Amino acid sequence: MSVRAPSVAAPTRAATRLWANLVLLVIGLVFALPLAWVVLAAFDSAASYQVKIPTAPTLQNFADVLTPQLTLRPLLSSLLLSTGAAVVTVVVAVLAAYPLSRYRSRFNGPFLYGVLFASCLPITAIMVPVYSLFVQLRLINQPWAVVLFLAASSLPMALWMTKNFMDSVPVSLEEAAWVDGASAMTALRRIVVPLMRPAISVVFVFVFLQAWGNFFVPFVLLYSPDWQPAAVSIYAFFGQYGTVAYGRLAAYSLVYSLPVLGLYLLVTRGLGGSFALAGAVKG
Amino acid sequence: MTTIGPAQDTRVTRRSGISRGTTPARALPLVPAGGLLLVFLAGPIVWALYGSLTDRALSGARAADPQFIGLDNFARLFADPVLPLSIGITVAFVVGSAIIGQNVLGLVLAVLFRVGSRAVTGIVGVLVVTAWVLPEIVAAFIGYAFLSADGTLNAMLAGVGIAGPNWLYAFPLVAIIIANTWRGTAFSMMIYRAALDDVPLEVIESSMIDGAGAWQRLRLITLPMIRPTIFTNLMLTTLQTLSVFTLIWVMTKGGPGNLSSTLPVLAYTEAFQFGDIGYGNAIAVVMLVLGAVFSIGYVLSLRAGGSRT
Repeated sequence: MSVRAPSVAAPTRAATRLWANLVLLVIGLVFALPLAWVVLAAFDSAASYQVKIPTAPTLQNFADVLTPQLTLRPLLSSLLLSTGAAVVTVVVAVLAAYPLSRYRSRFNGPFLYGVLFASCLPITAIMVPVYSLFVQLRLINQPWAVVLFLAASSLPMALWMTKNFMDSVPVSLEEAAWVDGASAMTALRRIVVPLMRPAISVVFVFVFLQAWGNFFVPFVLLYSPDWQPAAVSIYAFFGQYGTVAYGRLAAYSLVYSLPVLGLYLLVTRGLGGSFALAGAVKG
Repeated sequence: MTTIGPAQDTRVTRRSGISRGTTPARALPLVPAGGLLLVFLAGPIVWALYGSLTDRALSGARAADPQFIGLDNFARLFADPVLPLSIGITVAFVVGSAIIGQNVLGLVLAVLFRVGSRAVTGIVGVLVVTAWVLPEIVAAFIGYAFLSADGTLNAMLAGVGIAGPNWLYAFPLVAIIIANTWRGTAFSMMIYRAALDDVPLEVIESSMIDGAGAWQRLRLITLPMIRPTIFTNLMLTTLQTLSVFTLIWVMTKGGPGNLSSTLPVLAYTEAFQFGDIGYGNAIAVVMLVLGAVFSIGYVLSLRAGGSRT
């Protein structure tokens, strides 16, 4: 928790705290109202776009949307695409981070700043050229190519995080292995990776969440309904029924969001809240 | 948890005395990463530059056999009144939702969190972060529901006797700014919260002994001390906001007219709705230049700030 300023003038402090709480509660309410809609409407058979308590709470909306073609298959697509992207990114990032973290080279600095620079470029800016490129290389509508693109777009950030995490693994442990004749890759696999397991899971979850929530990339690059992930199928549903089936739209949104909320909770609680951001922001 | 920065970038790694093979072999693990980045990030950027010089279309003859037309796309783009409009909307969107909305609200929340009671702080923190963790498209639906003609906001306004407009049509820019502020504030809030926790307590104590009030402490002590964080965060939120597409596309489709078409939406519309890939590429180039300027500013600020990001 945050460190509080020492209390010098107690009465004023109590008043300040009261005001702070009041303002915070108002802001909290403003943030809660839109969220309340998605939760309440999902359980309401007569939902509208307004927040209201369901008169007769029902699970019918969930029953309606949890069909193979509406949610289950798109969710499976999301799962496969996101898992694929996260696995590729983590493996590639760990491999690349090793020389960057362990060997001094005058190329490291420029390479890392180049990667950082790339991570800042607006990804939506390149969707039109990516589409052209995919058409040209006959990669359009190929799920594996979308996985690779998702992996590449998360890679700069993942590489930075992995490199910073790897820097905090002492090199002396590997030196012992090297003396015993292990190769660098053996040392990476046997010593560094096991020690970095929590950090690697943070990077994995981070890439997975980004891919899971990504709408624009599959929207542009995948047109076959067989492979469209939930982000795209929910958009199609919204276009067709969204202005009628408010409750089902909310239920669908909730089903699609729950894995994200769960994973986020897992990372912040299970792996230490500040830790998740630490490798990234503070290093 | 989208964007982030380095920290101890040039930490000196002690090397063992053992000769560990030649340098090319050591660089081998970099190959997959380099390959992915070259093909899927550098490739499209080069492709954007090349594509913007052609009249490639989405379908038809010009799709199969695009012609090189030099700078015609750019000449047309810079003569098109839609470009200044779109740049203006993009700037307003970034200033309104990222620089003012997310940063100011995030900072206010972080400051209030230090004073407020634990329970209130916890609840409000979870609510703000939830809006940020949700998939962008769900946030967009929620924004759509909240601001549409028969949405929650108008229901509340009706409660006090005001007939609210359909915000998405009457004030599309305001609608997307509100939605993006709602969605993105958590990031700034967490960054500022961490920065405020790092301000040494002694400095604050001694200023209190000198009789500084809360407002003076904030303005004269705390804000100057976290200035590097403020700068970095402004850069990051600006870059994130520049690339927002889904939120706007779902809420307004860039309309009515082009009144909420930021550059990403404009590029998508021109390329995929009107089928003019070459023209869309030209807009992408403009966007890349804009993004590059901010990215350079961000990278330079990190280098200048050293490990104090």
